[in-house]
Amino acid sequence: MGFFQKIIDGLKKTKERIGFKLNEIFKRGIFDEDFYEELEFILLSADVGEETAEDIIDQLRERMRQDRVADAKRANQYLREVLCEILGDEKFEIQTPCVITVAGVNGVGKTTTIGKLANIFVKQGKSVVIAAADTFRAAAGEQLEVWAKRAGVRIIKHEEGSDPAAVVFDAVSSAKSKGTDIVLVDTAGRLHNKKNLMEELKKIDRVIEREHPTATRKNLIVLDATTGQNAIAQVEVFDEAIDIDGIVLTKLDGTAKGGVVLAIKHDMDIPVYFVGVGEGIDDLLYFDPQSYVEGII
Amino acid sequence: MAAFSNLTDRINHIFSKLKNRGALSELEIKQAMREVRVALLEADVNYTVAKDFINKVTELAVGEKILKSLTPGQQVIKIVNEQLIELLGSTQSKLGVSPKLPTIIMMCGLQGAGKTTMCGKLAYHLQKQGKKVLLVADDVYRPAAIKQLEVVANKVKCGFFGMGQGNPVKIAKSGVEHATKNGYDTVIIDTAGRLHINEELMAELKSIKKAVDVFETLLVVDSMLGQDAVNVAKTFDEALDITGVIMTKLDGDTRGGSTLSIKAVTGKPIKFCGTGEKPEDLEIFYPDRMASRILGMGDVLTLIEKAQTAIDEEEALKMAKKLQNSTFDLEDYLKQFEQISKMGDLNDIVGMIPGASRLKLGDKKVDEKQIARNKAIIQSMTPEERKNPKILNYSRRKRIAAGCGLQVQDVNRLIKQYEQTCDMMKKMSKSKRLPF
Ligand SMILES: Nc1nc2c(ncn2[C@@H]2O[C@H](COP(=O)(O)OP(=O)(O)O)[C@@H](O)[C@H]2O)c(=O)[nH]1
Ligand SMILES: [Mg+2]
Repeated sequence: MGFFQKIIDGLKKTKERIGFKLNEIFKRGIFDEDFYEELEFILLSADVGEETAEDIIDQLRERMRQDRVADAKRANQYLREVLCEILGDEKFEIQTPCVITVAGVNGVGKTTTIGKLANIFVKQGKSVVIAAADTFRAAAGEQLEVWAKRAGVRIIKHEEGSDPAAVVFDAVSSAKSKGTDIVLVDTAGRLHNKKNLMEELKKIDRVIEREHPTATRKNLIVLDATTGQNAIAQVEVFDEAIDIDGIVLTKLDGTAKGGVVLAIKHDMDIPVYFVGVGEGIDDLLYFDPQSYVEGII
Repeated sequence: MAAFSNLTDRINHIFSKLKNRGALSELEIKQAMREVRVALLEADVNYTVAKDFINKVTELAVGEKILKSLTPGQQVIKIVNEQLIELLGSTQSKLGVSPKLPTIIMMCGLQGAGKTTMCGKLAYHLQKQGKKVLLVADDVYRPAAIKQLEVVANKVKCGFFGMGQGNPVKIAKSGVEHATKNGYDTVIIDTAGRLHINEELMAELKSIKKAVDVFETLLVVDSMLGQDAVNVAKTFDEALDITGVIMTKLDGDTRGGSTLSIKAVTGKPIKFCGTGEKPEDLEIFYPDRMASRILGMGDVLTLIEKAQTAIDEEEALKMAKKLQNSTFDLEDYLKQFEQISKMGDLNDIVGMIPGASRLKLGDKKVDEKQIARNKAIIQSMTPEERKNPKILNYSRRKRIAAGCGLQVQDVNRLIKQYEQTCDMMKKMSKSKRLPF
């Protein structure tokens, strides 16, 4: 079973359930308006969004026009190409020491992702400390503690309601003195239109920059695959606050496909680095555009 | 197209090219519907739901007379809006009370929808209606979920029942027994988030429902949900025959089209909206507000949202509480001035809040210089004076005036204004809350 089988399996469920038609429309071999309309339906149903879907279709039309003998197989291949080109192939790579901040709106899977990331890095032989900077949500610290234990890493935690920047300060100081490779910062979920909460996030970002200037940085936003077009606004605003490097797309084990990441890459050039495919500690995978495209069409 | 950011503009633009002022023709409507479709899809209304909706509206709109007072574009929007409101549910729906107490409410939904937080809000809401509420911790899977519910229960001061990581059906049963023994009339069961396609976990919900005679099965849905909302809602409804839906996180800027999708596929009423993280952030569902939000016509709403983000929400809440307890002092008044300077033109914003114009704000415009002066006056007071304005006798007022380089009359005016503000805000806090 291939490494990406899990995500393909997850996405296949979607195919079966919504009466997946793409293969059929390709098989028909007639590339008329009906064909493009069906394709539009498929893309929109995956939350790709109107504008990006239109652009994808235009690009496909163009390739089909240039290739006069376009048959079903070629059309299929062109579509995959267009989608993969949009997604790009930037890999997630870090140089230690590194501080990774994980941000996003409420309930998308930030804390779970931190646990899974810690697990990945530990397996790569790196040392990790987690900063429990969600001091706001009830029992968020306890939840993260469970994950730290599962992954076998240290955690720095203050009491509920304390200043998140102070937690980050402590974690970063501890990482510096102990020579820890990676600091993972869990943050409180916040809706991006709450100004004061975005300020708090900026403060965390500044503390890291100031206290650990030699560390490399990655700021990740977690997006829930079930989210629709609002994900675009989420990335825009978080990016404005703390310069987002990449996306973790969670909950791909459901029937949603998170196609909005195509729109985000297309418009903002922010890549997907990881995908979440379940609630277990191993259910986080490096993003692979081919497998993903396989899953959504 | 980007120039026409909202639907009304876009549709008006189409109709501006047409001279016909009698009845709506099919061609015109078709063109307008293309824009409506874009608006619906941008708002995350499900593709198929949007298509059905548009067909229905087109049918209704063809041949419709254009009212004298409206442009053809406005006429189309009016029909679209009316239909949307009707589909979303024209009546507000409350929670039912079981003839056989306790009334058992089961919360269910996907992971991260906001069930646990919502449990606290419902408890808070029901307690205010005089109910005695017990929260039962039945999410045995997510780390620290039980602890989270316990914290929530303590915060809203309702009952809590948990048995740790046991069998969810047994826990639910024991929870209800505990409620009966201890005189609780309402039980809210918090269940683990689960994927609708996880058959094993869906079966578990069915067993709970059967075992404890659930009266209200509420599906909690993140309002930011996209196209998949139909699959989720349909599957949950088919498995559990839900009695209602709660949309969460509506304090964000999502257009919330999933609301329409869910209503369309389940036909079940949307009972509440979650609009924040605090227990009191629960609102009744208003179909008309949701309709304008989905259509992106929330000009008024946008402005209110703007006002809301500018006002530090925690501060605003504290102020409201202080006003109710009559502990709003000059220190708070100073904070208010700071907020106002951040927000820009208060007159405009207040003017856009429906109903707010009735409140007498006085005919004085908010004047920035005046605000700066007022701030200086309060800043020249001692903490004790700020806390207790009653002690401000003449000699104190003279000292303050000297301290900020103003006249005693200026100080007097500020204190008078402060007293009027207290009165006005008391009235305002009694009137309706802001939408969303
Ligand atoms: N099915 C599924 N559930 C997930 C995934 N990632 C997180 N979750 C669940 O989503 C819920 C919210 O996750 P949490 O990490 O607490 O979100 P946070 O509020 O962003 O920190 C929890 O119930 C998680 O178990 C995923 O990839 N798939
Ligand atoms: Mg969290």
